[in-house]
Amino acid sequence: MSETTIKPRIEAPPLLDRLKEKLPVFLVPILAIFGFAAIGDPSSWLTLTVAGLAMGLMIFIMASGLTVVFGLMDVINFGHGAFISVGAFVGFTILAWLSGWTASPNVMLNLAAVFLAVLVSMIATGLMGYAFERTIVMPVYGEHLKQILVTMGGLIVAQQLIYVFWGPDELHISRPQALQGSILVGDAAIEKYRLVAVGIGVALFLAMRHILKSTKIGLLVRAGVENGEMVEALGYKIRRLFLIVFMVGSALAGLGGVMWGLYQETITAHMGSEIMVLVFIVVIIGGLGSVEGCFIGALLVGLVANYTAFLAPKVSLISTIALMVVILMWRPQGLYPVVKAK
Amino acid sequence: MLTKLLSGDNPRSAVLTVLLLVIVISLAFAPFLFPGTKSLETAARICIFIVLVASYDLLLGYAGIVSFAHTMFFGLGAYGTALALSSTGPTYLSILWGTLAGAVIAAVFALAIGLFSLRVKAIFFAMVTLAVASAFAVLVSQMSWLTGGEDGLNYKIPRDLTPAFKLVKEKVFGVRINGKLLAYYLVFFSSAILFLVMLRIVNSPFGRTLQAVRDNAFRAEAIGYRVVWYRTSATVLSAVIAAFAGSLLAIWLRYTGPATTLSMEIMIDILLMVVIGGMGTLYGAILGATVFILAQTYLQELMGVAEEATSFIPFVSTLVAPERWLLWLGVLFILSVYFFPSGIVGRLRASRG
Repeated sequence: MSETTIKPRIEAPPLLDRLKEKLPVFLVPILAIFGFAAIGDPSSWLTLTVAGLAMGLMIFIMASGLTVVFGLMDVINFGHGAFISVGAFVGFTILAWLSGWTASPNVMLNLAAVFLAVLVSMIATGLMGYAFERTIVMPVYGEHLKQILVTMGGLIVAQQLIYVFWGPDELHISRPQALQGSILVGDAAIEKYRLVAVGIGVALFLAMRHILKSTKIGLLVRAGVENGEMVEALGYKIRRLFLIVFMVGSALAGLGGVMWGLYQETITAHMGSEIMVLVFIVVIIGGLGSVEGCFIGALLVGLVANYTAFLAPKVSLISTIALMVVILMWRPQGLYPVVKAK
Repeated sequence: MLTKLLSGDNPRSAVLTVLLLVIVISLAFAPFLFPGTKSLETAARICIFIVLVASYDLLLGYAGIVSFAHTMFFGLGAYGTALALSSTGPTYLSILWGTLAGAVIAAVFALAIGLFSLRVKAIFFAMVTLAVASAFAVLVSQMSWLTGGEDGLNYKIPRDLTPAFKLVKEKVFGVRINGKLLAYYLVFFSSAILFLVMLRIVNSPFGRTLQAVRDNAFRAEAIGYRVVWYRTSATVLSAVIAAFAGSLLAIWLRYTGPATTLSMEIMIDILLMVVIGGMGTLYGAILGATVFILAQTYLQELMGVAEEATSFIPFVSTLVAPERWLLWLGVLFILSVYFFPSGIVGRLRASRG
């Protein structure tokens, strides 16, 4: 018997392979550089980039819930757009009540009004997510076809209910004083609200990453995505976990709805299903189930949409579809495929 | 003879047979049984939607693929015919080449989308088609120099198909035999032929394999069938037939616009018709389309009455307002997916034995 122990040899994969894995991360800066080369004018480039990032991050907020829900439970929710619309409507109602606060020049009052509106609409959409999951999604676990149909039905009903409660007309509201106007960076005018949206989006992404990577519940969620049955066998109630994730996802969609509504200053009952097109493109580009992929995909979509709207307005409508096609040709499962074929 | 015409796929239920007969006979003699412009419009709409819904069922019910681009194919057919009629004049030749061009373009689109997204995961297909179809709808409404934008296209059709053309001077059974009647029978017989062709397709070996792929793609692949090929062919077939239905609509309405062909509302209508009628059986399309369109046309009047009757209760009256009829259909839709996924037809067939 020799005393030599077998040392595990951990081979670092060659640099090129590691780089390949990380490649999607570089897509956003690469795209920004390309955009700069194509636009030429630094100040309009800066304006467009910030606008693109803001749009992308708002889409990310709405899409993240959808992608985690899919990853965890293999449930695709075509009714996700309903939460966006409802969130926006609830938020606008609160802001309309607090119109004294939003019109005052006091920044703190402005922000408090927005904060309250966001909070209430997130609670409302979270609860709606609970009801949606229990009544509509739960009976059709594991059946994709029925899921698509039933959640689509849920979307129809939710949209009609918005008409019942808020009437058929679109709502207008102006942003609170503090969030109006823009600041000048060099020659570039950047809307304040876009900066705020970027800030919230990045903060949310970091928080989500932290929760998923470093907390127990995040660990369970990631384990559930990887192998739900095993997590169940270890004694965790994956259904309850899923319900929580679903509610959080719905609440985030509500938050995204309020932010998008404040961005456009006009909301309609079918705004959710319109944004869902972009959300789906983002989720597909990112790879179903992946939060990082979703983040990168959202930024790409936001930037591409804004650059092409400036460079070639005619093409901008199909530019995001083209982006999706290109990404899928390169990686047929999306940037970071997380979900194994279940 | 009849069995052969139906490709051996009998309704297999007495009640269903009676219902189908009533519908088919009513449609066949609609101009004589229900005189009046509105009822003829409704009958033609039913014929066209039967074809459209059946072609969607080919995809959803038989191949198990959810697509949201069906209105895009429908619209391609309609716009193909409309553009041909408005550019090369109101002749039968322009109808022909417009219809064919629309169908070919629809087939190419379907092939591209199918090869692209059906390979990966079926659920991708639903999302990709949703994205592509809405981009297409926006594109059509933006390209106003070609498509007339939101306003759509108005054009002339061959004079033989318009009310101005009189075939027989006298009235027959109190009905004027004019071009409009001819146009209706063009729609009716084209729809009947397309429907029988689809019945032939789903009862052929190809159709059976499609069902096998739907039920267990893995096993079908293991037996040696190219699953992707079958799914893509089903997509292309259903797209082509949807395009034909679009052409019929273009001829009948003498108008083509985004609202009548491409809108998401129409897509949702198709979904509701398929599910309410019954997925996986083409007869479901007949029942679904008829019930739905009759409800759309006449139920709203009924709801108007209900709204007035309940006008003293503030909240309830808005719930039963005619504009909110989609709410109730949505609820019905969810319930029917849960409790009778095989729709009216499945119910009738099950209650037989």
